[in-house]
Amino acid sequence: MSATTPQKPRLTTSAMIASIASEGQRTRSAPFGHALIELGKQRSDVVGMTADLGKYTDLHLFAKAYPERFYQMGMAEQVLMGAAAGMAREGAMPFVTTYAVFATRRAYDFIHQSIAEEHLNVKIACALPGLTSGYGPSHQATEDLALMRAMPGMTVIDPCDALEIEQAVPAMAAHQGPVYMRLLRGNVPLVLDEYGYQFEIGKARMLRDGPDVLIISSGIMTMRALEVAGALDKDQIGAAVLHVPTIKPLDISTIVREASRPGRLVVVAENHTVIGGLGEAVALALLQAGVSPAFRHIALPDAFLDAGALPTLHDRYGISTSVMTGRLKDWLG
Amino acid sequence: MSTALPPPRLSTPSMANRWAEASLAQPLDQRSRALRRLVIRALDGGERGHIGPSMSLIEIMRSLYDHVARHDPKNPDWPERDRIILSKGHGCLALYALLADHGYFPDAEIETFCRRDSRLGGHPERGKLPGVEASTGALGHGLSIGLGMALAARLRGQSHSVFVVMGDGEINEGSVWEAAMAIGKHRLERLVAVVDYNKLQSYGLTDDVQPLEPLADKWQAFGFETVQINGHDVEAMTAALTAPRNGKPLALICHTVKGKGIPWAEFSPEWHHKSRLNPDEIQALYAALEAE
Repeated sequence: MSATTPQKPRLTTSAMIASIASEGQRTRSAPFGHALIELGKQRSDVVGMTADLGKYTDLHLFAKAYPERFYQMGMAEQVLMGAAAGMAREGAMPFVTTYAVFATRRAYDFIHQSIAEEHLNVKIACALPGLTSGYGPSHQATEDLALMRAMPGMTVIDPCDALEIEQAVPAMAAHQGPVYMRLLRGNVPLVLDEYGYQFEIGKARMLRDGPDVLIISSGIMTMRALEVAGALDKDQIGAAVLHVPTIKPLDISTIVREASRPGRLVVVAENHTVIGGLGEAVALALLQAGVSPAFRHIALPDAFLDAGALPTLHDRYGISTSVMTGRLKDWLG
Repeated sequence: MSTALPPPRLSTPSMANRWAEASLAQPLDQRSRALRRLVIRALDGGERGHIGPSMSLIEIMRSLYDHVARHDPKNPDWPERDRIILSKGHGCLALYALLADHGYFPDAEIETFCRRDSRLGGHPERGKLPGVEASTGALGHGLSIGLGMALAARLRGQSHSVFVVMGDGEINEGSVWEAAMAIGKHRLERLVAVVDYNKLQSYGLTDDVQPLEPLADKWQAFGFETVQINGHDVEAMTAALTAPRNGKPLALICHTVKGKGIPWAEFSPEWHHKSRLNPDEIQALYAALEAE
């Protein structure tokens, strides 16, 4: 490298253990791990299982609290899912963790036949959903929602923040049947507490109203949507944000009701490939209901994505707050 | 169209042992013939079925259901029952024959196999038919499920056993060895991995498709006590399955004959699966059993 090569800006987010929290943002540490410990206190049937990723899915906290109910299955996702099915069949309630790419791509058949077909009580919580790792396509689960949505009987949750994860854990336990939840781990942003939020499986929530654009979003894209809405306020553009944390079953009635209000552009924003996620699910629901607003989709491209620092990648692929804000302004002309 | 392969030679790796030789020579008693007649009834009723891989299984399933496993057909969900998972789900005609014979469902229902709305599907489905412990069909699942069941039993202080019956082709699946490694780690002595080693898989001989030998050494290396046996000798398998265990899980490698009992189906890839056999062909199957 020559001395004249311009210095790359110093990365503030590590590529591997990336936190999606922006600088100075309020966070809570390991909300999943702490919520599972709380659940374990109340329910002796809860067991934790992982494929060598306990430390990277916050399950190590549960392992420390309840070593006799923690199962380290080795780096082997197929046996992880199969053994969880066996445990669930005998009345235990396994919370199973790994990375989203490994659960969905590698162990799909095991979730499908051994867990979902028998509608067993296995709760699958997976880190690095969508584009939340800078380590390239092998670790970027950009199609996890499409895969899990397609599985009969599977409930699919894409939580926004630490509060929602804390609330989702007991809700998953109370739900009879398999659940797939996208997991945010480590220092997780805290956003929804300002909205008096309460998670419920299958329910979408209006977080703020506005006359010009309706952003329908899930997961971390709801956090971004709220930031975008704040930025649009300055331009006297009123943005509503409908948070849809349960991708399946979809809260069709709320989505149709809000999208039916006249005069609003509808934008679906998701941290997922354009194929098979929230965008297509919402579009289908609207078409079937005979509702046809102006419609736009913010999502990841149908491509193997680059490696790099997350903020850079989110800009490149159009899911950062600044890029989203620009696109919405363009669309609203 | 595949062509019939010559029978495996006794000199080939999977056959060059006394248990394989004994499995070829093993005569079938009246009960083994009666159970095979049930398989043919299902095959006839459903106009299809995996006949070869079911015929190799009969004595394995008979040992388990007749002599080894604690189970109660009147109370299929009895918590203290031993769990029997047929991981090679395509061999379900043998499972259905044993379940029918033990009274889990009426004999005549076996003729509904693979028909519309039947409880007897082309692969077993848990919840549809009493006595089916796991939905199987995609291979390589059963041992992981059995592992989870055995871990749950240990956690709860229960003393039942878990038997997982796999095919030899099935153990090409990497998941089987993931599970074997974990079972070895946990030293689950109440878990038994049973391999129906009938020497043939879909494309041909296991010796050609994906050689398994030295198979016993493999299981031993994963932490199992390993026993090789004639998989058509009910008495010997019963003894092996009920012998005191030494703190390790057991792998019972059962040398069997694919299509056992029907001379022209034995070791024939053509008889892995059959559909739409005409009445004469069905009668020939029954007659072959009587001539055995």
